[in-house]
Amino acid sequence: MKTLGFIINPVAGMGGRVGFRGTDGMAEKAASLGAVPTAHQKAARALAEIKCPYQILAAPGAMGEDCARSLGMHPVVTDTNRPLKTTQAHTIAAAEKMLDAKAALILFAGGDGTARDIYKAVQDKIPVAPVPAGVKMHSPVFAKTPEKAGELAWHFLSGKIKLTCTREVLDIDEDLCRKGRIMTRLYGYLEVPRKRACLQNRKAGSPLTEQAVQNLIALYITDKMQKDMIYILGPGTTTRAVSRALGLDSTLMGVDIICNKKILCMDAAENDILKAIHSRPFKIIITPTGGQGCLLGRGNLQISPEIIQKAGKKNLIVIATPEKLAGLQGNPMIIDTGDRQTDHMLSGYMKIITGYNETRIYPVM
Amino acid sequence: MKPVNRASKVRTGFHQAKWDEPIIFELSCKGERGILVPRPEKKILKEIKNPVDSLPEHMIRSKPPALPEISQPRVLRHYMRLSQQTLGADVNIEIGQGTCTVKYSPKINDRLADCPAMRELHPRQPEESVQGILEIIFRTDHFLRQISGLDMFSFQPGGGSQAILTMASVMRRYFKTKQIDDKRDEIITTIYSHPSDAAAPAVKGYKIIYIGPDKNGYPDFKAFKEAVSEKTAGFFVANPEDTGVYNPEIRRFTDLVHAHGGVCAYDQANANGLLGITRAREAGFDMCFFNLHKTFSTPHGCGGPACGAIGVKKEFRRFLPGPLVRQRGGKFVLEDPGTDSVGKVRSFLGAAQVVLKAYAWIMSMGPEGLYETAKTAVLNNNYLFKRLMENKWVDAPYIRGRQRIEQARYTLEKLTKETGITTGDIQRRMMDFGLHYWTSHHPYYVPEPMTLEPTETPSKEDIDEYIATLEHVFKEAEQNPEIIRTAPHRSVCHKVDSSVSDDPARWAITWRSYLKKYKGTKQDAAR
Repeated sequence: MKTLGFIINPVAGMGGRVGFRGTDGMAEKAASLGAVPTAHQKAARALAEIKCPYQILAAPGAMGEDCARSLGMHPVVTDTNRPLKTTQAHTIAAAEKMLDAKAALILFAGGDGTARDIYKAVQDKIPVAPVPAGVKMHSPVFAKTPEKAGELAWHFLSGKIKLTCTREVLDIDEDLCRKGRIMTRLYGYLEVPRKRACLQNRKAGSPLTEQAVQNLIALYITDKMQKDMIYILGPGTTTRAVSRALGLDSTLMGVDIICNKKILCMDAAENDILKAIHSRPFKIIITPTGGQGCLLGRGNLQISPEIIQKAGKKNLIVIATPEKLAGLQGNPMIIDTGDRQTDHMLSGYMKIITGYNETRIYPVM
Repeated sequence: MKPVNRASKVRTGFHQAKWDEPIIFELSCKGERGILVPRPEKKILKEIKNPVDSLPEHMIRSKPPALPEISQPRVLRHYMRLSQQTLGADVNIEIGQGTCTVKYSPKINDRLADCPAMRELHPRQPEESVQGILEIIFRTDHFLRQISGLDMFSFQPGGGSQAILTMASVMRRYFKTKQIDDKRDEIITTIYSHPSDAAAPAVKGYKIIYIGPDKNGYPDFKAFKEAVSEKTAGFFVANPEDTGVYNPEIRRFTDLVHAHGGVCAYDQANANGLLGITRAREAGFDMCFFNLHKTFSTPHGCGGPACGAIGVKKEFRRFLPGPLVRQRGGKFVLEDPGTDSVGKVRSFLGAAQVVLKAYAWIMSMGPEGLYETAKTAVLNNNYLFKRLMENKWVDAPYIRGRQRIEQARYTLEKLTKETGITTGDIQRRMMDFGLHYWTSHHPYYVPEPMTLEPTETPSKEDIDEYIATLEHVFKEAEQNPEIIRTAPHRSVCHKVDSSVSDDPARWAITWRSYLKKYKGTKQDAAR
C-alpha cells in the first residue's frame, strides 16, 4: 500500500482575511484581528476525494494529524512532539521525514510560502498534490480547488496517473514588495501528477500535453542551431527540453552554455558567460516564468544587462508553450533587468516560439 | 393559443438510455447473414461463369474480409441503440455547441437528397444525363457569389478544415506562378480564430504567426504590424472570432497585408450572423469559405457528409480545385481544372447531396429570409447574453457595452473561485438535463470558458429553458457541489479519462488493432 504524506500549514490563508499579503510571521496578529484558521477544512475536503486504500503519514497536531483523526483515520505521525506554534522549520522537518519514509506523494495545504518550504525539503524527489489554502498562490503548482488536489492524489496513489510534470514554485519578492512593487520570484520546481481534464462531450480533438509542445519547441530550436554559435540557455522546464532534445545534462535552475550541440559550461555565472561569448557570436534562449510572465530579472540574473546588450534583441530567442502564455491572461511579459536602457531596448513586442514553425507576437513591458 | 406556463423549465426527469452495446464485431455469429443472395440461374452461370475470375489477379483477396456476420434485425437494433446513446440536434436544444452553428435543418431537404433521382446518380454518368444537379451546383455557386461578393466557388472540399487547406493550397500555387513561393512562407492568424486556420497552412509547410487580442478583444493591430512583412504569404482569420466579438476595423488588417503583397483568406465557416449584412469582398478578402453544414443548414454534426465551399476573387479562379460547373450554349458542363489548379481535393464533384440541401435551404429562405436569419440569430444571442450577464457567476471578457454577434464566450471564473466548480464540471452536469455545453478550444485563453451560440432556431421558450437549466446548475454549485463534481449521473457514460489520447500505445482505432493490443490475438488480415 502506498504512503501519502500529509502536511497542513495551519495558519495558511489567515492573513488574507485581515488584509495581509501573507501569513508568514503574522499569524498571531491576524488571529488578534479576528482571522480564523481555514486550511484544515480545505485539506479535509481534499482528503475526502481519495477513494483508494493508502497509508497516511501526517505531520503532528494541527499540521495534519488532527485533521486526519477528525476524519476517522489512524495516521502514522512524523513526530511525537506536537508543536504549539508552527513555523517554516516544522513544515520542512515533516516533509524531510516523509522523504526518508519513502512516501509516494505529499498532499499539503498552504500557499506559496508553504510550497517554498516543501521545495526546500524534497525538491523533485517526491511528487506533491498542493491544496490551495494560502493568501498568495502565484505558483502554478496549486490545483484549482481542494477537491481537484484530492482527485490528483487519488489517481496518483491508485496508479491511474503515472506521469508527473514540473511546475514552478513562485513567491512574492519580499525586497521588491517592501519598495511597493509586487513581483514574483522563482524559487524552484516541484513535481505534480500530470492529469488531463476529465471531459464529457468533447468537441475539439485532444490538445497536446504541455510536455509534448515543449518537445516540439525544442526540436525546432535544435533543428535551427547554427555551427559554432554559442547558445546561452536560461533556466526553466521549457528550456530544459532543448538540452534533453540534444541528449545533454542541464541545470533546471541555472544557466547552461551550449555550442555545437555540446555543453561548454553548466550552471554558469555571469563571468562564465562573458568569458564564453568573448568575441564570438551568441544567442540567448529564455522562457518566461509561469503566472506573471517575467522574462528577465527573476531566476536568470546571470544573464546580465551587459550580456543582453551585447546580444541585442534579435539574438534573444524566447520560447513558451501556448498553455504558459494562456496563463498570463493577456498581460504583457515583464522585463526587469535592473538596467533601464536594457529594459527599454527589449520593450514593445517580441516573437515567441510556441511550437515547431509556430510563433506568437507578444507584448513585453 | 394562450401560452401555458410550465411549472419548471428544468428537465430533472431526463435519463438517457444506456445499452452496454457491444462493438458490432462482438455481435458476429458464424454463418449468420443479413441477406441471402439467390444463386444465379444455370443459364446465366453458363454465360458469365465465375465473375470473380474476370478480375485482375492482384485485385483478388487471398481470404475473404473478416466482416461481422449478422442478421438484419440485429443490425437495426445495434444502430438504434447507439443512436439512443447520442444527444443529437433533434432531441436537445442546441445552444451549447458554441461556434458550431447547429440549427434546425428542415427534414424535407433530407428527403430531397434521398430521392431516387439523387440517390441513383452515378458520378461517371454523361453530362447530358445529370443536367439537374449541375444546374443546382451552378446556381448555388452564384448564390454564394452574391452572399460573399467573390467571383467563383468550388464545392470540392469535404469540410471546413479541408477548405482552409484548399485556401492555403491556392495561395501556394498563386505565389508559385509568381515564382516567389520560397520567399513568402509565413501565415498570420489569431488565437481566437479556429485552430485549423493555423494547422492547415502548417500542413502546407507555412510558418505560423499568432496574434493575440487587445483589451477590447479585437486582434491586436500593433502586434499585427510587427508580424506583417515581405515574408507574409497570407492572413487567415475569422470575424467575429470565437469570442463573438466582431472586429469593425478588419479592413485595416487586410489593407496592410495587401500593401505587403500578401493574400487575405476569410474563415466564414460560420457566417450565420452576417448574411446580407457584411461581405468578404468589402472587408478586403481575396478568398473565403462557407461551411454549408453550418450556416446553410445541410446539417452539421456526426462527421457526416459536409462541404466547405471555397470562393475566390477572379485572379485566383484558375487555382481552384475542379471540375467546376460552367454554362455553355444553354447547357451545363463540367470543366476540368487547368494546369494551374491545385487539383482535386475530393473525388468527382464533392458531396453533391450537401450542395442540393444548401440550395433547397437558400431557395426556401430567399434574400429576405437570409437577412432575417442573421438578424434572428443575433437577436437570440443578444437575449441570451443579456440574461446570462445578469447572473452573478457569469461574465464575458473584453469590450463592454458592445453586442456580440451570433455567439459569445463567457467566463465562469467567479463561480470556480467561490465554489470550486469548474467549467468542465458544469459541462458534465448539463448532460444530466439532456443539454450540450461547450467550453472552448485549448488552451483556455479565457479562464473557465463557456461558449454558447443559439442560432436563429430556438424560440424564446427554448432559450429560457437553457438559461433555467444553467441557473439550476449554478445553484447546485453553491448548495450541493458534490452532485456536480460526480456528474454526469443520468447520461450514458460517466467521466471519460482522456489521458488515453496521450498514449499511442493504448490507441485502438480499428477492430484489428484492438484485438492485437487488448486481446493478444491476431486477426487474419485480408489482403
